[in-house]
Formats: sequence, C-alpha cells, structure tokens
Amino acid sequence: MNPAFSVVFLTTLIGTGQGLFIALFSGQYYAFLQHVPPQPAAFYGAGSMIALAFLIAGLVASFFHLGHPERAWRAATQWRTSWLSREVIVLPAFMFVVFLYGILHYFNVDPHVFGTAAIPEFGLTMVVGAVGVAVCFGLFVCTAMIYACLKFLQEWHSPLTVVNYTLLGMASGFTLGTAFASQQNSTLLGFFAAWSVILTLVALLTRGAALIRNYRLKHKSTLQTAIGVRHANIQQKSQGAMGGSFNTREFFHGKTATFIKSIKWIFLVTVFPIPVALVLTGLYGGHHELFAVAFVVQYLGLIAERWFFFAQARHPQNLYYQTV
Amino acid sequence: MTQLALVIDLNVCVGCHACVTSCKQWNSSGAAGPMTDDMPYGKDPTGTFFNRVQTYEVGTFPFTETVHFPKSCLHCEDAPCVPVCPTGASHKREKDGIVLVDYDKCIGCGYCSWACPYGAREFDEHEKVMKKCTLCVDRIYDDALPESERRPACVIACPTSARLYGDIHDPNSIVSLAIRESGGYQLMPELGTQPANHYLPRHKTKQHIHEDELVRVDNPLKKEGPLPIDEEGPFLEDSTSW
Repeated sequence: MNPAFSVVFLTTLIGTGQGLFIALFSGQYYAFLQHVPPQPAAFYGAGSMIALAFLIAGLVASFFHLGHPERAWRAATQWRTSWLSREVIVLPAFMFVVFLYGILHYFNVDPHVFGTAAIPEFGLTMVVGAVGVAVCFGLFVCTAMIYACLKFLQEWHSPLTVVNYTLLGMASGFTLGTAFASQQNSTLLGFFAAWSVILTLVALLTRGAALIRNYRLKHKSTLQTAIGVRHANIQQKSQGAMGGSFNTREFFHGKTATFIKSIKWIFLVTVFPIPVALVLTGLYGGHHELFAVAFVVQYLGLIAERWFFFAQARHPQNLYYQTV
Repeated sequence: MTQLALVIDLNVCVGCHACVTSCKQWNSSGAAGPMTDDMPYGKDPTGTFFNRVQTYEVGTFPFTETVHFPKSCLHCEDAPCVPVCPTGASHKREKDGIVLVDYDKCIGCGYCSWACPYGAREFDEHEKVMKKCTLCVDRIYDDALPESERRPACVIACPTSARLYGDIHDPNSIVSLAIRESGGYQLMPELGTQPANHYLPRHKTKQHIHEDELVRVDNPLKKEGPLPIDEEGPFLEDSTSW
C-alpha cells in the first residue's frame, strides 16, 4: 500500500490522546485506591485538554483523507457492518467524554454519586472517567479493526493489529503523561514513567511478533489464480494504462526495499529502546527535560512505524500490476 | 434471484480495447459521467476507467502465448467492498446483483478500494468519489433503446463477441451455458468473493489426422491419383476394372 499521511497522523495522534487519557484516569483511580497520592483537580483538567488536543488534531488529519469531507456525517450510518463507520461514531463520543472529564475536573465539579460507609465514595469524575476508559478501548478496537478486518490484506488480518494499536497508543500516551507530570511537578511522575516503560517493552514484544508473522506470511493469491492461467512463467506485457492509474498510485509505495528496511529499523530503535532509556535516565538521573524528548522521539518513531505498517501490506490487486 | 454478469472469453479476445473505449464513451456521457482524465494527450496520460485490457505473455519462447485480459468490476456475489463502506454509498442491488456506488453519498475515503482484492475500483481525482463498472445500469433498462441495444456498451462493442452478458443464476442463459460448457472460471476463487463475472479459458483448436487419412490404402475405383505402373508391363487388370 501507499501510506497516506492523513491516516498515519490520525492513528498515531488519537492513539497518543487515548493513551494520555488512560494514564490520567489510571492516576486518579490509583489515587482513589490510595496507592498513589491524590492530584489537584487542575492536573487532570489540563491533562485532559492535552489529550483532547491530540484527538482533535487526529480528527483534523483524517479529513484530509476524504474526497468529500463535507459529507463525512454520512459515515456514521453503516455502523452495523463497517468498522470505519463505528470509528466515526466512537471517536467524537470519546472526545466528548474526555472533554466532560476535563471540564468537570477543571471546575472541580465532583459530586458524590455512589458509595456508602463500607464502600469508598465515588465522585462523578470517576464515573465519567470509567465510561471514558471503556469508550477509549472501544476506539482502539474500532481503529485497528478497520485494518484487521480486511482479510485479503493478510499482513493486517491478525489480532496482533488490534493489540499493537492499543499498546503503542497507550505507550506513547504514558510517555506523554510522564513529560506532563514532570512539567506539573506531579507526584504521579514515577507511576507514569514506570507504566510508560512497561507498556513500551510489551509493545515491542507484540510488534516484534507481528513483524515475524508478516515475515513468514505466505500469500493466498498468485498471478496464476489472478488471471486463471496455469503456467509457472507468466509475464505482464501491458497494464491497460500508459501513465499509471489509481491502481498503480494507491497500492504501491514506490520505495526501494532498502528504504523500507531502514524505516523498519528506524522505528524499532526510536519507538522502543531510546524512549525507555530516556525515561529511565530522566527518572533516575533527575534530568526531567528528557521526558519530553522521550515523547517526541517515540512519537516520531510511531509515524515511521505506522508508515511501515501501511507500506508493508501487499494488496492482492498488485498481482495485476507486475511491472510497477 | 437475478445476478447479471459478464462472461469474457479469453480465447477470442484479441486485445483491441474496443470495450475500453466504448465503456469510456458511454459512461462519460451517461449517468455515471464524467470520467475525468489528466493529460489525455500528454506524456503520461492518466484517468478514470471502468474497464481496462491487460496483456500477458504465458510461457517461454518459442512456446509462448499472448493472453489479452479485460479487467473490470466482477460484481461479486459476496462483495467485500460493500460492507466496509461507512456511508452505504457502495451497495449491491437486490434486484439484479449489480454492485454500484452512489456518487452523491460517497465521501471518497477509498476504503472500498482497499477491500476489493481485484483492484476493480478507481478513484476519480477530480470528482473525488470512487468509481467503478456499473454494468451500464443506465442502459440495460432503458426502454427508449431497441432491445438489442439494452446491453452493456462493452458487450455491444466487442468485435469478436468475446463478452457475453446475462443472468448467471438462470441455468439456461447464454452466460450459464458458456460457463458450464466452456469451462468458465472465477478470478482468485481462493478468496471466496464469488465473482459473478466469469472468464472462459484459452483453448487450442486441435485436429487429429491419422496416417491412413493422409495416404489412402484402398482405391477400388482407381479414380484418385495416377494408376500404378507395373515394371513388367501392362496386365489386363490395369486397363479394365470390374
């Protein structure tokens, strides 16, 4: 496939926004369970607005992918069959919940809605946050299933796609959360940093598993089944177009194998070991400015990762365009 | 249920591109139009087509064979492009099984083209919507046309009648007959999309001539060929035969 940068930015930006929201709410939840010290409400308020900014930026990026953005509202109609349609519904819903969560914290509106003497009291923000987490994971599934449900694109048609979108989004969100906590002088710094490292390392395992899976992948279709001629030696002499067509532009990245390979190693280094090293150095060496660097490096690496994800998929229609 | 489809006979397709140009002409001026082009007379012409003819060379010289391969939407019975469409613009008609795009609903996200394993859809860079073969839906039901012309433009244009059109669910239709009797096959059958369009394979016309058909062993009336000359001179049998 020819990676579309609008989609690359959409998936990486909303992934970070979702991850940051999970980080914030897990901070509040752990504080509720009295495992970590409680944070001022403004901390969650400001953090939610940053998460929302990432989600909005992702949404804006997605509009550049559309031929007719003014009709985008129609995309909410086919949620029964289309994962893209489901994402179109869940993304704004999640943005609304994040906005609500942030605004409630910002104005410190947190009436008790649940709880007795025996059970710790539950604030409204906890309820909204819990709903937000559910919607957030729903959004991860919707986004990833857009790709994983295409069974002819065998590189994507795997549960690992969903796992990787979720873990990579959460890893980058927690890294951003670490940078945010250090900027706010928050006591959640160590909590976020630890989870950032853990999630990044787990994501390395699952992303590595996907790479190995795709390396060993055997494609179902061949040129023989594509045109229905049984002969080992078939050469294409003409493609039905002189100056290329949509088929040659959309489904071929046009880059060399060396370029693709170098992108793979770039993302393997910048998404995983470098941010982990930077976060740990920042945490134990006291260089708090390194957290922001860690996030920027990891996010840039994720752009390469997502680009590679698209470029690696070999569409069966390419069998009809042997000489591109 | 009806499933209209094309059956393309690779054995008689000569690769003349008449189906391509007639398709472009009809659909540019019809309900699906325009089909925009860029630099049609320039160095690298490109544009939107519903139908293209590709050419493959099968085998190694000198045992090669040229296969011209017309390629358009196959109107799959289990069309993978339809359920993925977020707006419902891409749909399969209950009535006749034609897969269509509603250009007024399409948002141009391109997701259907990713889902189609055959690359049958082309994005119109100027109209910003996804386009594909309509099986000339604005023509086959047009009562204003004489009945013989109520067929897809490519079928009418084909000079060798390599393109057959009909209902593949009707066992006695011309297309069902051709599929059944001439070994019609589907493209990428392993993907389970059940393409409605079928292709008829190439076949060599062969005739077996036995030796006794070349040299006659009997010639009772001695009507064919010169009479045998006997070295020992003529006999009565040479001049008379009874």
